[in-house]
Amino acid sequence: MGRTLFSSLMLALTWLAWSGHFDARMLGFGGASVLVVLAITHRMERLSGMDHDPHVGPGILLYVPWLLWQIVKANVGMARILLAPRLLLSPQLLRVPTSQRSDTGRALYANSITLTPGTISLDLNNSSILVHALTLETAQALQDGEMDRRARRCEGRN
Amino acid sequence: MGAIDVLSWIALFGGAFFSILGAVGLLRMPDFWTRCHAAGVTDTLGAGLILLGLFFQAETALVAIKLAMILGFLLIAGPTAGHALYRAAHAHGVPFGPETEVLAANPATASPGSLEGEHGSD
Amino acid sequence: MFAAAMAGVLVTMALALVAAARGPSVFDRLLAINLFGTKTVLLIAVTGFLVGRPEWLDLALVYALINFVAMIALLKFVRFGSLGHDDLDAER
Repeated sequence: MGRTLFSSLMLALTWLAWSGHFDARMLGFGGASVLVVLAITHRMERLSGMDHDPHVGPGILLYVPWLLWQIVKANVGMARILLAPRLLLSPQLLRVPTSQRSDTGRALYANSITLTPGTISLDLNNSSILVHALTLETAQALQDGEMDRRARRCEGRN
Repeated sequence: MGAIDVLSWIALFGGAFFSILGAVGLLRMPDFWTRCHAAGVTDTLGAGLILLGLFFQAETALVAIKLAMILGFLLIAGPTAGHALYRAAHAHGVPFGPETEVLAANPATASPGSLEGEHGSD
Repeated sequence: MFAAAMAGVLVTMALALVAAARGPSVFDRLLAINLFGTKTVLLIAVTGFLVGRPEWLDLALVYALINFVAMIALLKFVRFGSLGHDDLDAER
């Protein structure tokens, strides 16, 4: 219930930011689209069996700045590789274990892996993610598991 | 030229630089899987810095909020579309480069088969 | 300032087109086209600022949404040879 209210609020704010019209008719359209989006989302969550999954919790507020910093660092590393006259690659294929309890947490972790250049997630199951890394260093950084732990802390309660 | 303009210049220039760098990487990399990493450079820091440069030039709060929302959407949708592409390519059996090493948490199971074994049937 | 950023984006898009033409596999082409699409979003945003019309950001967002949906649709088509395949039914 709480999360439906939160979603409605965020959707309404999004709609207001992009619309810029505040007469009764346009606000009515806005309200209707919020309801339609909520209905579609609930149906999708039910069909995919994710309706008991927790959303991300407040920990995300700490995670996002950390992730952005990791992205910047990874990009600098990529720039060093790409600007070299010879490409020094050591591609790795590895499976990293995931410690998140929920699909939401795993999706967040897999997305973060893809977002940091140098590692991409190819496939995931309930306990691990198949990762392709461009160099040995990026693969080892991932195996340290810091991103895994931080992503786990973002999981909210049900 | 104020300090904001200088920041804007740096961000826009940096964004253009990383954007082009990623595209150059796309052409330089030897196989599909390494090209994916190059595309990531353009999609993350390239797009992020250009939108940040525009952010500094936003005259109203609403424009700034919209820029932040576009960046947020790109950062969520980008890897999602990317993952769909990598997953499709992996399921399709796009070959890995010849130097690709297979790492596993447990060295005893470090063979390609052990990694592929858990792969879904789709 | 905006013109410089715009030039950078345009060069990126040109290189992405070259990569798309080079291929060799369909996935290489999709990767390049996806890159081209996200750069289009930036091009619209930067052009909006260049001509003093930040309202164009609305168009940029719409293009970002279209690009995402188109990418997923293209991948689905490449993988299944049709757009009507129902994933949920197949997995049940």
